[in-house]
Amino acid sequence: MRRAPGVALGLAALVPLAFLAVFFVLPVSGMLARGLWPDGQLDLSGVPEVLGRSRTLRVLTFTLVSSLAGTVVTLLLGLPVAFVLYRLRFPGRGLLRAVVVMPFVLPTVVVGVMFRSLLAPGGPLGGLGLDGTWVPILLAFVFFNLAVVVRTVGGLWEGLDRRAEESAATLGAGPWQVWRTVTLPALAPGIISAATLVFLFCSTAFGVVLTLGGLRYGTVETEIYLLTVQFLDLQGAAVLSLLQLLAVVAMLALAARTRSRREQSLRRVGARAAARRPRRDDIPALAATALAVAFVLLPVGTLVVRSLRVGPGWGLEHYRALTDPDATAALRVSVTEAMTNSLRTAVDATVLAMLLGLIVAVVVSRRPRSPGWARTVSVLDGAFMLPLGISAVTVGFGFLITLDRPPLDLRTSPILVPIAQAMVALPLVVRTLAPVLRSVDPRQREAAATLGAGPWRAAWTAEAPVLARPVLAATGFAFAVSLGEFGATSFLARPDRPTVPVVIYQLISRPGADHLGMALAASVLLALVTVVVMGVVERLRVGSVGAF
Amino acid sequence: MLELTDVTVTFPGATAVDRVDLRVEEGSVLAVLGPSGCGKSTLLRAVAGLEPITSGSIRWQGRDLRGVPTHERGFALMFQDGQLFAQASVADNIGYPLRLRGRSRRERAGRVAELLELVGLGGYADRRPATLSGGQQQRVALARSLAADPALLLLDEPLSSLDRALRDRLAGDLREILTATGTTALLVTHDHDEAFTVADRMAVMLDGRIAQEGDAVQVWRHPVSREVASFVGYDTIVESSSPAGRRLLASGQEGGVASGGSGSVALRRSALRVDPRGDLSGVVRRMTTVSDALHLEVDVEGLGRLPALAADRGPEVGDEVRLTVDPRGVARLPD
Repeated sequence: MRRAPGVALGLAALVPLAFLAVFFVLPVSGMLARGLWPDGQLDLSGVPEVLGRSRTLRVLTFTLVSSLAGTVVTLLLGLPVAFVLYRLRFPGRGLLRAVVVMPFVLPTVVVGVMFRSLLAPGGPLGGLGLDGTWVPILLAFVFFNLAVVVRTVGGLWEGLDRRAEESAATLGAGPWQVWRTVTLPALAPGIISAATLVFLFCSTAFGVVLTLGGLRYGTVETEIYLLTVQFLDLQGAAVLSLLQLLAVVAMLALAARTRSRREQSLRRVGARAAARRPRRDDIPALAATALAVAFVLLPVGTLVVRSLRVGPGWGLEHYRALTDPDATAALRVSVTEAMTNSLRTAVDATVLAMLLGLIVAVVVSRRPRSPGWARTVSVLDGAFMLPLGISAVTVGFGFLITLDRPPLDLRTSPILVPIAQAMVALPLVVRTLAPVLRSVDPRQREAAATLGAGPWRAAWTAEAPVLARPVLAATGFAFAVSLGEFGATSFLARPDRPTVPVVIYQLISRPGADHLGMALAASVLLALVTVVVMGVVERLRVGSVGAF
Repeated sequence: MLELTDVTVTFPGATAVDRVDLRVEEGSVLAVLGPSGCGKSTLLRAVAGLEPITSGSIRWQGRDLRGVPTHERGFALMFQDGQLFAQASVADNIGYPLRLRGRSRRERAGRVAELLELVGLGGYADRRPATLSGGQQQRVALARSLAADPALLLLDEPLSSLDRALRDRLAGDLREILTATGTTALLVTHDHDEAFTVADRMAVMLDGRIAQEGDAVQVWRHPVSREVASFVGYDTIVESSSPAGRRLLASGQEGGVASGGSGSVALRRSALRVDPRGDLSGVVRRMTTVSDALHLEVDVEGLGRLPALAADRGPEVGDEVRLTVDPRGVARLPD
């Protein structure tokens, strides 16, 4: 009985673990088994064959090259923006921070639609002739992941003690030398962590590649989708999934290592970081920031403008069509009904993700004394990051083939969609809450304990007050992400209960200006809801939202 | 009474506390004095139940505390940096242990006001901890610990984070408050003056072990080993059988330093004072002015270079001075 709190915490950890096992490990391994154990026997003969296909090679090359390019460009643009938004002080900074973060939660399908309407012939940048090339994919990668770099590096930069730079300057280091010898090494863990995750997100992107790549450009993720859905080549899909799994685990391990280093260093710095006013030599960074903001706002603006375009004139027809169940034969329900589905599903998913995420965050923020348990905790921490990088297609399809018989016959159950969305939101919730919990001095709990508080009460006293706002922020974040989830939802949503991203994809897959117009209007609607939610989240000023 | 028997705490690869025996009588204050890293904080945490002990036993009123969780021990621990709850007001911080015990709001308010008065912070009830100075925060932390009405108060370097003048004043206050409330306390510190001011008894801890325990004055005047002597401020140690040692003892005999015997002689800076009637002589080599005295380094004839003390208007560097031995700065160490 004496050890009750430790045991209880261990038991609590079993709940999310069981969830992860049933709704993640089981589907993924089911999918892999289907391809690699076709007749109840391990059959790896297909591996060299699949990997040897010229098509596979092309897909792998494109995935690597485009992700690498996306990562480099995002970093180059993100670093000056992080500097301007977190080290300088000027009016409107809060608004700009919100603008830069918004794309991260925009539904992937919406982003696809945005860049298409921006670059399509007749769009504002149609004259560049980029439609149908790989450039829109690259741009979308940067658009999406800018927030990851700005948030992760900016959060670190903001907390950096300026005196280290100042003392380097007094020792005779010029601005460039200060940057290279003091600032960059201090930011390195954040940069590596952000770069790893950006690469991860780019290489597993599904929605944007599917909407922008057309038939010419595919990544591993879309290839898994095509192999599964169109060619029914489960062996090929399994081989690619396995390859992706290995790559993702390696990248997450790298990110986790740099993250733990950063959290240690964060604990040491004080509040002496005060941002300063912009100076003349900040102009290049300010220009880069202006470019980034324009880059974020231009597609959004185009989306809004083009959704109002009706034939040769302007009007709200596309918006009116959203409420009409018979507006098009492409859809079985009206878009507003799909929105209701989306909101309901997102609420369920958010509740689930928050319950599980809180437990995980509490467990992984504890620092057990024994090295064995400490290792267990860090493995747990990594395990709950996995859904971030594993193919949503694999999970979605895995659900269908493994959860189809008693006791888990959920194939036709409406709870499958929120569960899949919760799985996607869970790592983001954990990443928002865990650093906050880790920043609480463990001696706060000890002080409460010596004053007579039991373990639960002590934890409550020390941690609940600092957790209130991050919990709210994580809730909004999880909600926005669930709302926009496309990959897994597209597999699992029943045809009569689609969510908005699914509807948008159905609309843009159909020819015709009306379909596109409706897709644009629906995208505006979805983006609006997402942006409002994220605006509220941003007002809570929780630094760990969207930082990794 | 708190009784530690053979207490050992090991970490992977290191023994922080090594077979420690200690006792704290009810109503008394024991200071564990040691340099940083000697294991004294770990010892304190073990008593609080925050650190599991590897072997030995910790007993309170005869009852073995093994397995008793921190919150059921009734020992309040005051941390070096206070560890106030930042989101709660001063009054809520102090009232916290009372709320845990289910005291009514009115009762709490009365007791909090009393405690604030006791630590000299009347009128600060509604302030946030962050708006207080370091010294005020430590006072609030003390009041919060006392509010728990602890059977034993544990103090982990309670004054080290404060500046010198404040530390001296607060040490005196702490002593008065502990005496007035009849609190049994175990204090760990690296600061001699803090230990000396606050505690009745003193235990010197070096390298995880208790090197000497006894009455505070006793430890101060009669260290039992070179290590203890050098930690409590005896900077110079001379073999008593060496020519220098014999010369020193002969010179100190008049003042009451025991002569003869073996072992060595330990000297504080105050052991040698400039005095025209002294029977030692030497040449001043260095001189440092501190607030209320002059610190000298003197090449003493037949003894070598030794620290010495002069009254305010002292000699210059290079002068020859006469020195006398002050027995209060000299200790005889056994072999």
